[in-house]
Amino acid sequence: MLKIDQPMHIKPQILANLEGEKSWRLKDYVARGGYAALRKILREKTPPEKIIAELKESALRGRGGAGFPTGLKWSFMPKQYAGEKYLVCNSDEGEPGTFKDRDILRYNPHMVIEGMAIAAYAMGTARGYNYIHGEVWDVYLRFEEALDEARAGGFLGQKILGSDFSFELFAHHGYGAYICGEETGLLESIEGKKGQPRYKPPFPASFGLYGKPTTINNTETFAAVPWIIMNGGAKYLEVGKPNNGGTKIFSVSGHVNRPGVYEIPMGTPFARLLEMCGGMRGGRKLKACIPGGSSMPVLPGDVMMQCDMDYDSIAKAGSMLGSGAVIIMDETTCMVKALQRLSYFYFEESCGQCTPCREGTGWLYRVVHRIEHGEGRPEDLDLLTSVSDNIAGRTICALGDAAALPVKSFVKHFRPEFEYHIENKKCLVPVDVQRAGSRIYVEHAAC
Amino acid sequence: MLSQDALKRIDREIAKYPPEHKQSAVMASLAIAQEETGWLSNDTMEFVASYLGMPAIAVFEVATFYNMYDLAPVGKYKITVCTNLPCALSGGYDAAEYVQHKLGIGFNETTPDGKYTLKEGECMGACGDAPVLLVNNTRMCSWMTPEQIDKLLAELK
Ligand SMILES: Cc1cc2nc3c(=O)[nH]c(=O)nc-3n(C[C@H](O)[C@H](O)[C@H](O)COP(=O)(O)O)c2cc1C
Ligand code: SF4
Ligand code: FES
Repeated sequence: MLKIDQPMHIKPQILANLEGEKSWRLKDYVARGGYAALRKILREKTPPEKIIAELKESALRGRGGAGFPTGLKWSFMPKQYAGEKYLVCNSDEGEPGTFKDRDILRYNPHMVIEGMAIAAYAMGTARGYNYIHGEVWDVYLRFEEALDEARAGGFLGQKILGSDFSFELFAHHGYGAYICGEETGLLESIEGKKGQPRYKPPFPASFGLYGKPTTINNTETFAAVPWIIMNGGAKYLEVGKPNNGGTKIFSVSGHVNRPGVYEIPMGTPFARLLEMCGGMRGGRKLKACIPGGSSMPVLPGDVMMQCDMDYDSIAKAGSMLGSGAVIIMDETTCMVKALQRLSYFYFEESCGQCTPCREGTGWLYRVVHRIEHGEGRPEDLDLLTSVSDNIAGRTICALGDAAALPVKSFVKHFRPEFEYHIENKKCLVPVDVQRAGSRIYVEHAAC
Repeated sequence: MLSQDALKRIDREIAKYPPEHKQSAVMASLAIAQEETGWLSNDTMEFVASYLGMPAIAVFEVATFYNMYDLAPVGKYKITVCTNLPCALSGGYDAAEYVQHKLGIGFNETTPDGKYTLKEGECMGACGDAPVLLVNNTRMCSWMTPEQIDKLLAELK
């Protein structure tokens, strides 16, 4: 077995002190200081504006992919509104490479519940839903259990902890559609329809679930809230770096010795994260990395080695931090094959509403597929770029861009490899080398 | 059509939503129905539609949109292997091939004895545990080396 001498986290806020067997239980959460933030605001009757101001100061940015400032988003909710308003948590985690929300919900579900209750208090919402990814049934069941515990403990429901504040929260289980991670697709899905994204504007803050004002945040975003309330926005910001507050949970997958979730301060060097993951599998060289989930542009290994893990550094290097899913590829990776699998995914998951996305994703996949299968044509690389350009920015939701960005970046950074494929009708990296690089069995047996 | 137990579970789902939005429970209702009947026939979908007071076509739309509903019979055990890129980098294809070899079927096929159906899946949000596979939509299996796959198949009788 690998020797584990590297920590899994640095200054963790969300995945801290979860070593206990039953870390998800209410009792354990309270023993670690859980629900103190909710108690505090209810006891002190903190004005909602003050909570939102605290979040703005913290520079917490949405952890679901777009990195939108959370405090600002919360301030968009209408304050004086007669009818029902809704709060929704996005735990649909389907972006390839992302598996952090699963761990947050498995090991620390009450932190998400507490974060949502605080959000509901700040925005005056009485009802919320947590939309949980279809494939993680055990996580859904555990969250349901946590909800029961929270209700019984007086942390959810009518007159929470004896105050005037009431908030009901329910879990909604997805059933296998990546597009429901897109916030308006998700709302349609909760309404019991196909998860097809809506035109924006109107934005959910004015027309959301059942047509009512709604705020949607990612699981990790809500989980960050109790810490900020307890320690203050300024402290949170200090943990990260300016404009990139706090810690971030990275999901590291691919060719490393220890794939897994790592919570580290924003701005931690990528090289440090790689070290925490036990380094490259088999001591091989880093060829490429997608730093923010499959929808973000790929970066060459040497560029990546110079990056820090925060929104601004990754953007400067030409990609995006996205959901914090770090996909590591070593020199045994065939970039054409890798792109082919991703392109298939977007083709398969396009909801089909917009012509550029519905037709374009299929087109991209077919062209990459034919290059991979030795039938590529010299003009194909320009074709890929032009099809990508004609999808991006011309669709209802960002899945179109998500399909286009990987294609453009793979071709841009690894063009010679694509050209070799077209000319020689085979991979630059021999197939047996690729297979050996990805097969984990051999190495597991050896260590 | 569905057992009392299933209807009770569906009622619990309906109660999560405002009374005028019973339709919100359609996804859960279909999942519960599928668990009980193995797959979603037109009759089952029509039953769910009338139970929730929605048009049958709207139920059908939902059932066809989400990947985990089965609109045709599947084996007693449906095994879905993730082959998306992060998993593929850590043995996703090797695991899929090994299962194919053991069962003697390809993706979207069912063994002649009706016991196993094999599907290719998209990211399940568990890439750190690759290779991963899902049994009957509910049971996630992590780190599926050949020995683990052997053990699992021996258990799924
Ligand atoms: C195709 C697509 C898939 C998405 N998938 C997810 C997802 O799985 N989880 C998530 O939190 N956000 C996802 N998003 C982003 C959401 O639309 C939304 O921006 C986010 O949930 C807002 O929460 P945040 O501000 O806390 O990040 C996706 C967006 C798109 C376009
Ligand atoms: S961009 Fe694609 S996924 Fe998004 S709404 Fe249009 S067709 Fe659907
Ligand atoms: S890629 Fe297989 S679970 Fe994410």
